[in-house]
Amino acid sequence: MRRREALRVVANESVGPYSLIRVERGSLDPGSPGQFFMLEAPGRPLPRPMSLCQAPPGELGFLLESIGPGTRALAAVEPREKIHVFGPLGNGYRLDVERPLLVGGGIGVAPFPYLSAVLGSPPAILGFRSDWHAEAASLVPNAEVVVEPTLVTERLRPDHDVLACGPEPMLEAVRELAPNAQLAWEAPMACGYGACYGCSVEIDGVLKRLCVAGPVLEAA
Amino acid sequence: MILNASGCLDALEAPEVARALDVFVTKTVTPQPREGNRPVRIAETEAGMLNSIGLENPGIDGLLREKLPRLAELGVPLWVSVGGFAAADYAQLCAALADRPEVSAIELNLSCPNVEEAPESAAELVAAARPQTRKTLYAKLSPAATDLPETARAVQAAGADGLSLVNTIRGLALDDETLQPRLGHELGGYSGPALKPIALAAVYQCYRATGLPIVGMGGIATGRDALDFLAAGASSIALGTVLFGDPDAPGRVRRELAEELASRGLSGPEAATGLAHGAKPASVA
Ligand SMILES: Cc1cc2nc3c(=O)[nH]c(=O)nc-3n(C[C@H](O)[C@H](O)[C@H](O)COP(=O)(O)OP(=O)(O)OC[C@H]3O[C@@H](n4cnc5c(N)ncnc54)[C@H](O)[C@@H]3O)c2cc1C
Ligand SMILES: Cc1cc2nc3c(=O)[nH]c(=O)nc-3n(C[C@H](O)[C@H](O)[C@H](O)COP(=O)(O)O)c2cc1C
Ligand code: FES
Repeated sequence: MRRREALRVVANESVGPYSLIRVERGSLDPGSPGQFFMLEAPGRPLPRPMSLCQAPPGELGFLLESIGPGTRALAAVEPREKIHVFGPLGNGYRLDVERPLLVGGGIGVAPFPYLSAVLGSPPAILGFRSDWHAEAASLVPNAEVVVEPTLVTERLRPDHDVLACGPEPMLEAVRELAPNAQLAWEAPMACGYGACYGCSVEIDGVLKRLCVAGPVLEAA
Repeated sequence: MILNASGCLDALEAPEVARALDVFVTKTVTPQPREGNRPVRIAETEAGMLNSIGLENPGIDGLLREKLPRLAELGVPLWVSVGGFAAADYAQLCAALADRPEVSAIELNLSCPNVEEAPESAAELVAAARPQTRKTLYAKLSPAATDLPETARAVQAAGADGLSLVNTIRGLALDDETLQPRLGHELGGYSGPALKPIALAAVYQCYRATGLPIVGMGGIATGRDALDFLAAGASSIALGTVLFGDPDAPGRVRRELAEELASRGLSGPEAATGLAHGAKPASVA
């Protein structure tokens, strides 16, 4: 059951260029890997969608990349401050897979630490812009790391059940090579729970709200 | 009464939020189904947000067939918001809803900034809708009208039973780096905190001009905001953009408003309506 609560920040640490923010769990349910939460971005009118990255006992962890006003406000939160968190939301990854392979790029690794823990540390291929960004791979066990110009798709093993998250061009390329992949997409979201129709994307030829129908979708 | 602003809540996706309201208002429905505008459809700004959803909706037949029966099961009084591109559309939509007992009122969206406007005036659209139904008709107006009190008087004369004030106002946001419009549709409707003073002025003026019941909205986020709208002349208030960040807003705003009223010795929302126009609070009189 999704809920919204003001949760105390436990820690805000750098992982390469990213921020790993851990908050007390309160009465929130961590949900299933690939689901997301709406995080209050202090001082901003709208919250921001973030995948659950880690679910240590009593806590929720989020990994974020500062790319604009909302993520910058979040990256600046200090321990003991409280932020409102609402979730879990949307549909996560289908977990009944035989030979899972996690494929991620950049901040797209965010849902993988939790996903990896639930699936028992399956192999992962993670791609990054630089060695600095690649520090985030330390959060995912059993990961092979590639740094640009090498791309994750060059290492893809199509005989696996691919679970992917990353920038749109990467997801499109993975979809070509692994038609059974589960892909986690992004769209601008104002609400995360079907209220605003801001996140509509074309799925199988019809417009659907990604926050309700996704964010994880089957590739085919 | 606390309502949601049309287009800011899907009661079927969030029944728990809808049940915390006194009335659920549907997203604007048009005669035909609409896909809406291409993405990007929302952009946050410093003190609000722009949207260019473009009235994505299943059309009146889809609403009546698939959604209305399920909405009726929620047990929350239901208003349907209707919109169109000509007077005949409003007439057709009101006729289709006229004998649906689940629908307690109809809101005529006369002011969506994201789609082409009907050639007729707001009053002509109300006049076309009025003979089709005996249900309560609320006319939803834009704060951008050149002479809003005049428009309000005209829709009153045409048969509107109440006013919904206000809809969004047209706005533009540019990308930091490329300086190109951030929305796919370029312009969008501006909502949220920045709209509040504009909306309050609209409520204040139209209350004076018409004395009609008014649903006040535009940037309401707290009980104090709600009180301001009542004082300006609203008899009910609606929550829009605030619901995106806070789905618990209906219960919270209701509690905060009750505290605001109590601390001023006001017996209820009715006692606050119109206070900004010079009447004294009951406790002082
Ligand atoms: C379901 C879901 C889960 C998400 N999970 C995470 C997560 O775990 N960690 C995380 O860091 N982010 C995640 N995101 C993305 C995150 O929500 C956005 O980066 C954030 O909302 C941007 O807000 P902002 O105000 O900082 O930047 P904005 O002002 O919204 O964007 C700043 C600039 O960056 C561009 N931009 C927007 N989004 C992206 C993007 N994803 N990549 C590159 N450029 C972009 C914009 O066009 C704009 O030019 C997720 C998104 C969704 C939909
Ligand atoms: C995403 C979004 C969608 C909206 N859709 C509609 C709509 O379909 N019909 C309508 O009459 N108003 C629509 N509105 C306008 C709201 O009902 C309301 O008038 C406006 O947002 C001001 O209130 P607020 O500042 O509290 O959001 C929409 C607003 C937003 C933000
Ligand atoms: S984010 Fe609002 S409907 Fe999906």
